[in-house]
Amino acid sequence: MADQILPIHGSLDLTPPRERESTWLDELHSWVITVDHKKLGLMYMMMAIFFLLVAGAEVLCIRIQLAVPNNHFLSPQVFNRMFTMHGTTMVFLVGIPLVFAFANYLVPLQIGARDMAFPRLNAFSFWLTLLGGLLLYYSFLGGAGLYGMGNAPDVTWWAYAPLTAKAFSPGHATDYWALALIVAGFGTLGGAINVIATAFSLRCKGMTLMRMPLLTWLMVVDSGLLLVTITPLTAAQIMLVIDRYLGGHFFDTQAGGSALIWMHFFWIFGHPEVYVLVFPAFAIASEVIPVFSRKAIFGYPAMVAASVGIAFVSLGVWAHHMFTVGMTSVGNAFFVLSTMLVGIPTGIKIFNWVATMWGGKIRFRTPMLFATAFLGQFLLAGLTGIMLSVAPWNWQLHGSYFVIAHFHYILVGAIVFNTFAGIYYWFPKATGRMMNEKLGKWHFWLFFIGFHVTFDTMHFLGFEGMPRWIYTYPADRGWMSLNMIVSIGGMIQGVAVLVFAYNLIWSLFKGEKAGNDPWDAWTLEWSTASPPPDYNFATDPAVRSRRPLWDLKHPEDPDWKYE
Amino acid sequence: MSAIPLVPSDHEQPWHLPSRGRVGMYCLIIGESAIFTIFVVAYVFYIGKSLYGPTPQQVLEVPIFNTICLLSSSVTIWLAERAIEHNKLRTFGLWWAATITLGLVFLAGTAIEWYKLIFQYGLTIKTNLFGTTFYSLVGLHATHVVVGLAMLLTVLIFTLTGHVRHEHSERIQVLALYWHFVDAVWVVVFTVVYIVGR
Amino acid sequence: MLPKWLRVGWIAQLVFASVLALSSHAIAEGPKSTPSIFSPASTPASEIYHLSFFVLEITGAIFLTVAGLLIYVIIRFRARGGDDDASEPAQIYGSTQVELAWTVIPVLIVVVLFLTTARVIFAIQDAPQPQAALDVTVVGHQFWWEYRYPKQGIVAANELHVPLSSVAHPSPTYLNLLSADVDHSFWVPQLAGKIDLIPMHPNELWIDPQRPGVYLGQCAQFCGVQHANMLLRVYVDTPEEFAAWVQNQAKPGVQDPAVAEGRRVFETQACMNCHTVQGTAATGKFGPDLTHLMSRDTLASGIIPNTKENLRQWIKNPDTYKPGSLMPAMQLTDSQLDQVTAYLETLK
Repeated sequence: MADQILPIHGSLDLTPPRERESTWLDELHSWVITVDHKKLGLMYMMMAIFFLLVAGAEVLCIRIQLAVPNNHFLSPQVFNRMFTMHGTTMVFLVGIPLVFAFANYLVPLQIGARDMAFPRLNAFSFWLTLLGGLLLYYSFLGGAGLYGMGNAPDVTWWAYAPLTAKAFSPGHATDYWALALIVAGFGTLGGAINVIATAFSLRCKGMTLMRMPLLTWLMVVDSGLLLVTITPLTAAQIMLVIDRYLGGHFFDTQAGGSALIWMHFFWIFGHPEVYVLVFPAFAIASEVIPVFSRKAIFGYPAMVAASVGIAFVSLGVWAHHMFTVGMTSVGNAFFVLSTMLVGIPTGIKIFNWVATMWGGKIRFRTPMLFATAFLGQFLLAGLTGIMLSVAPWNWQLHGSYFVIAHFHYILVGAIVFNTFAGIYYWFPKATGRMMNEKLGKWHFWLFFIGFHVTFDTMHFLGFEGMPRWIYTYPADRGWMSLNMIVSIGGMIQGVAVLVFAYNLIWSLFKGEKAGNDPWDAWTLEWSTASPPPDYNFATDPAVRSRRPLWDLKHPEDPDWKYE
Repeated sequence: MSAIPLVPSDHEQPWHLPSRGRVGMYCLIIGESAIFTIFVVAYVFYIGKSLYGPTPQQVLEVPIFNTICLLSSSVTIWLAERAIEHNKLRTFGLWWAATITLGLVFLAGTAIEWYKLIFQYGLTIKTNLFGTTFYSLVGLHATHVVVGLAMLLTVLIFTLTGHVRHEHSERIQVLALYWHFVDAVWVVVFTVVYIVGR
Repeated sequence: MLPKWLRVGWIAQLVFASVLALSSHAIAEGPKSTPSIFSPASTPASEIYHLSFFVLEITGAIFLTVAGLLIYVIIRFRARGGDDDASEPAQIYGSTQVELAWTVIPVLIVVVLFLTTARVIFAIQDAPQPQAALDVTVVGHQFWWEYRYPKQGIVAANELHVPLSSVAHPSPTYLNLLSADVDHSFWVPQLAGKIDLIPMHPNELWIDPQRPGVYLGQCAQFCGVQHANMLLRVYVDTPEEFAAWVQNQAKPGVQDPAVAEGRRVFETQACMNCHTVQGTAATGKFGPDLTHLMSRDTLASGIIPNTKENLRQWIKNPDTYKPGSLMPAMQLTDSQLDQVTAYLETLK
């Protein structure tokens, strides 16, 4: 409020927002030209939610087509575009924007800074990412090209060679895939550089690296991982464009090129990428679970070490996506071992979260409902991952619905669940209003039920031999009943997401006022107003422990005595 | 309250954090190294695998002069960095211009080499695996040289118009870091293409 | 009375129970046509089957332990309504011993799992090829399967015949897998794990089926618009059946003068550009060998039964059954269709 000591006298606008003259056009303009990390974080979030709905619609079409055998709801051409776009959208236009949504909004606030290290780069990165998304979707309209060939990409989100060669994918569909993602990839690179520079260079006084909140830690490790993850994909896509446009032979098997080298390059990106996508879920869990259990996170140093460990080991497991391509037995065995090893630091994190809850006073408000479901689901997903790491079993399960079930257990069961947890948790900070708790519970239970109906069942389709990427299946395979159940679960999840969307909008206008610190939390973002002023903090904070607000609220028992 | 005043208590020690420009540039370098690594891996993997067409042994000449120019430019830029640190702005401008000149000579040398390869030996990016990987890898590096030169030239213009001063030495160092990276990549590319691959 | 959230959970439990009931047939011996990975009929598949149960036991134990702990924690440490809400529980920051314990135990589990897995990898991949093995070269095409038996000198398509093997008299089949275009994958779950067919990168797979019958599978690596309809049918024949099949396949195409008109249509309407009929001028390699088309149960790589009506309709317009298939509709007149169908019907 106005009676605080301000760093710059007289040059800050202290007028309460409502009293300023501004039209909706002014408001829109301020968002378009913004370099403020909070607005950009919200823009990334809006982009992610938008594309989540689009890709969700794509998969609902897929599930209608697959609910019964020999269905004619979608032609094979349209079906193949649907699953390619669903996967590509979810990974690049939902998953990665979610990383930067949370990182951008929260990292400066959590470290006591006023913005990211490079605010203009931040804006540029966002708009590049959005441009990539728009370019990808323009393919539906503009992909037809000169010879009426092509449309949206239809080569799966892996885009294996030589299917992507001009000979087998004439027209421009594949070009949209490659170019859109190259553009978005540069946005991602910019965002990652920004997060790391911010965390290293802008921490407030007293905040050593080992006093940063775990969310910030995880976003830094995530960004570091992104630097060496997204770039191999960019390189491979440049090679693909060279093949398709300049007559290159990188993946031209007729000229001595190798289909396998695309696979290696893609998975050298693709495997660490899934860790990139899941780190925000870890970050949110590490903030939500302690606050709602009323206990400090158990084993902070171990959590940091485990996160760094996961990032490093994840760089060495990529060929577990290639157990069926005919590597040597020794090669296969190596990747079995490295993949199993990455399960160890992952398990350590799960144990630490459970240990945080142990002995606590757990309040099951909506964020905690989602975070608890995340724990059980992520555990199961990790275990199906171990099953998939057993190469001989992988020879059966690879390319089947078991794999789809496994990775959706992480993408939805871990990432989407914790994204919802994070939104319910930080919505009050960003808007000054609480989300509706009753609607939140409806959202949770509907989504939980729909999720399990779909994805628990889906594992069994894999056991029964149903492969991926098929637009229909014969009636005599015995897959119909399970497919029908999977589809029904999808519809239930769709309803749940609509409840969420309604809650989001309702709460923006009618939510109960939140105040600075509605959850009685301990990190710096809760010390400032909701929503924070443009400059974040009236005075630069200084901290002495990992939970500066705990120290203030419990002066008789501050954390810095124990750390 | 919009802020809870937090009292720093346990240390009045100086609080030193790394410069954001430096951290950012190191991150960019790490990312770019990953891109180059993939192109180098592709180059190495495809050595000797072309089914037809000119081979490296037949058409490549080791670009000693070019390499000396580029690597010397790392020395000249380092001398420029030192000059501006000591507030010797004229010296800085001279070494900076020398760096740009050496970079341009390198690019010209590359252009001459490519002209020869294309028009004398008929080696293009679509000729064979060697052509594809050679032009891609060397071309990727050359692109980074071009971008680097554009930035160096911008700084030179600012220098000549008197806008660059001693307080910009940190930024100059960050930019020079990029240039050193480009030179280091050339060491790798040179070794892989002209020594190992021939 | 149960707390509210547990009551809602009843619905969830009911749903899970029904799902489990419906899917229980996946684990048990399902109808013959469900290609379940849990009903192996060949050594590689059964090695995997036994390994998978071992893995399931371990991962199941881990799941029950940790999920059990989670459920216990949720119930036991839930904030009670009557609690003094202002007081915080004891803050425990960590424990080195506990961290060590739950690092060391997983490491040990990984060691056990890895060694067990490695053993099976080597047993399957590096198994020595016995003399009595049958060699078959499998070539993946968009969107059909070509089978060449080099020692027997025969070429077939879409339906793979292999001899029965037994522990007493092992006669495995060794497949050498190639691709004519893009990546494919050969997956018949009851016989073996899958292996990809990658252009310019030959792969190998061996099977030794020990129960006669037809085993179903399909291409398991997306290969284009009709990936879904590249079905696999593996016929495991008794030694007598197999010998008879080989003998028939080795014969040149039946030359029945009654269908000479149809044969003329076949050879002049560009069919022979893509298809082979042994002993005639038709030597096309792009499409399946049709010399013994009538010896197959299905058409178009397993998707439709081999009947006269289906065959006629397929030739008239392949897109009826396989939209996007690489066989064009040849725009034949009705009488040409009748004639060429009659001709093909004689190719037993």
